[in-house]
Amino acid sequence: MKYDLPIEEALEQIGECLETDYLLSKRSIGLLLLQDDNEIHQMVEAREGPRYTRIREIIRDTEAHYSHSLNYVITMNRQAEAHKISSQVMHVAEPRGRSFSESLSRLMMNPWAGIPILLAVLYVVLYQFVGVFGGGTLVDYLEGQVFGDAETGWIIPPITRLVERIVPWTAIQDLFVHDYGIITLGFRYAIALILPIVGTFFLAFSIMEDTGYLPRLAMLIDRVFKKIGLNGRGIIPMVLGLGCDTMATLVTRTLESRRERLIATFLLALAVPCAAQQGVFVGVLSQNFWILSLWGTIVVGQLLFVGFLAARIIPGENPSFYMEVPPLRLPKLSNVLTKTYSRMQWYLFEIIPLFIFASVLIWVGRLTRLFDLIISGLRPLVNFVGLPDSVAEPILYGFFRRDYAAAALYDEASSATGLSGNQFLIAAVVLTLFLPCIAQFLIIKKEHGIKITLTMSGIILVIAFATGFLLNTALNTFGVQLNLG
Amino acid sequence: MELTEAAQEILETLWTKLKEAEVSEITFADIQCSPEDPPISELREHNLIRTSGNVLQLTTQGEEESKNAIRRHRLAERLLIDVLNAKHQLLEENACRFEHLLYPGMEETICTLLGHPKTCPHGHPIPPGECCDQTSDVDQRLVSSLIDMRPDELGKIAYLQSRQSKEIQKLMAIGILPGSSIQLIRRFPSYVFQVGNTQYAVDKSIAAAIYVRLERNENTHDPDNTTPGRRRRRGRRG
Repeated sequence: MKYDLPIEEALEQIGECLETDYLLSKRSIGLLLLQDDNEIHQMVEAREGPRYTRIREIIRDTEAHYSHSLNYVITMNRQAEAHKISSQVMHVAEPRGRSFSESLSRLMMNPWAGIPILLAVLYVVLYQFVGVFGGGTLVDYLEGQVFGDAETGWIIPPITRLVERIVPWTAIQDLFVHDYGIITLGFRYAIALILPIVGTFFLAFSIMEDTGYLPRLAMLIDRVFKKIGLNGRGIIPMVLGLGCDTMATLVTRTLESRRERLIATFLLALAVPCAAQQGVFVGVLSQNFWILSLWGTIVVGQLLFVGFLAARIIPGENPSFYMEVPPLRLPKLSNVLTKTYSRMQWYLFEIIPLFIFASVLIWVGRLTRLFDLIISGLRPLVNFVGLPDSVAEPILYGFFRRDYAAAALYDEASSATGLSGNQFLIAAVVLTLFLPCIAQFLIIKKEHGIKITLTMSGIILVIAFATGFLLNTALNTFGVQLNLG
Repeated sequence: MELTEAAQEILETLWTKLKEAEVSEITFADIQCSPEDPPISELREHNLIRTSGNVLQLTTQGEEESKNAIRRHRLAERLLIDVLNAKHQLLEENACRFEHLLYPGMEETICTLLGHPKTCPHGHPIPPGECCDQTSDVDQRLVSSLIDMRPDELGKIAYLQSRQSKEIQKLMAIGILPGSSIQLIRRFPSYVFQVGNTQYAVDKSIAAAIYVRLERNENTHDPDNTTPGRRRRRGRRG
């Protein structure tokens, strides 16, 4: 294609100045130079030496022809050419009214219809599909039948017997089997408890992605997210966090500024419960509608409140929001399955080693009695928020696996000496806000460095227990008694 | 006050140097004049500038007058580019001639037609006039920023304000370019519009940077789009 005369002349002159050989044609190099491409400028400066000064002059003279940047002029030139070509071969038919998908799209973007649609999507996707089907049906089958416990099941009992026969020392046996071993805890939790929940979530998320619903959600929520220092785009890691916070923390890379990445990472660590946690909490808490809604309100409230503060404290500009809104489509099954598969694969390869690492840490911690020390240190804190001593242990283990803490709490709640409704609510709130699991901790460290990770963890610890304390005080002051079941 | 063209040009130069480039002192040498030039005496007679030795300064009245001169100049540039499609190369010369034909009142009409632009095509700010604070002129515009459009209004993108900013460059990269047809779809909670066959959602700050040359569209009436935003605008219009 031919550009404006001044640009064509400049390209010719620049071409004469380029004496060394580039992989690209001289014309392409010239265009990139005119468009002020940093890398090419550096490369040409290094290679052409004195001739580069002459090139700069040519560029400056060309710029003098226009009141816009050359990049703009070139883009407009290309646009005109593209239009010329397409107008020769394309004929645009008059639209025949509005299609169904366009009408649905407009409903989704209208807050009056869009918010009810959002709630319905959350209910069906998170509660029914991920929670009830993934977290209930699938987990029951895999955990109860396939893995089982010490006596029944297909995997755990034979392995336990095998390990006990080969390895004579109980301490080493504990590393692999029994309550906290690599197989019984690491693998069992990864495959039987987390995989079905995360797997169903990834499947649902891929479907949402491919229908084009997410940009509409981003557009709907942008104003709210601006208040917490993010913009509409931030909805994608947040929704993904409802599946797996660790993966969501990685996905915050797609946000534009470091400030946004920090805020999103922090909020994910604090107030976005992953699918594994929701599975257990929602399972227990849904026995009492009020406890469930209180839990939800407090966690969402914290997300907004802390985000609001963070946006004010962390320096930097508020990001602006722009996004393409693709047409709504029926997702293609093969695409959805490929995406789900690659995410599951990532999950298995990235996360399972961390589970194993966590099991080893727990083993070391128990063996050296370090854990007993930490647990006794946690007890006063736990009592401070109105919970019995026995909760200290799940809270510590919660750091290794958030969901594990939730599950341990579930045992506490269902046992005879169980927690009261009030206590379960407080424990659930504290655990949801409490430090991220170790996998997420390590990913935050990888992305932001140890200093920021420790600072974040410290702040989260304080917020979690302070919230628990306030909640307990409020419940006592108003004499609220909540019951489970 | 009738000033000669030469005198107005000097006022404009003084405004850009003193107010925009924030140069602390302007001498006659800086503007290539001598104290005896007729335009200088003219400005002095009207009490628009003060001179002490070699240094020129604007009086309060002179500031007002030079602000208006700059405003007329830059509005003229906008008018030539956005409505009359003048080529950029020809712009400067014509704008200079054109601005002197604008007189108070007419300048406000043009500002309104252009949707109260905030910058000239070169990116320099246009000082706001009284008309820019009023919003009762929705039906007289030819050019409007996206945030002042009504759902289903059609147009062609006239220009993107502050092209230097990173965001605007990204907009251009994804295909939101001057000359493309654009239709606003909704204003709340974010601005949604269609360019070509693609829809985009942007926030207010970006929508405010997109200026559209409106095309009248009589037959679209869409009950779906009676959003709060639209109702509010109707109210304000009355």
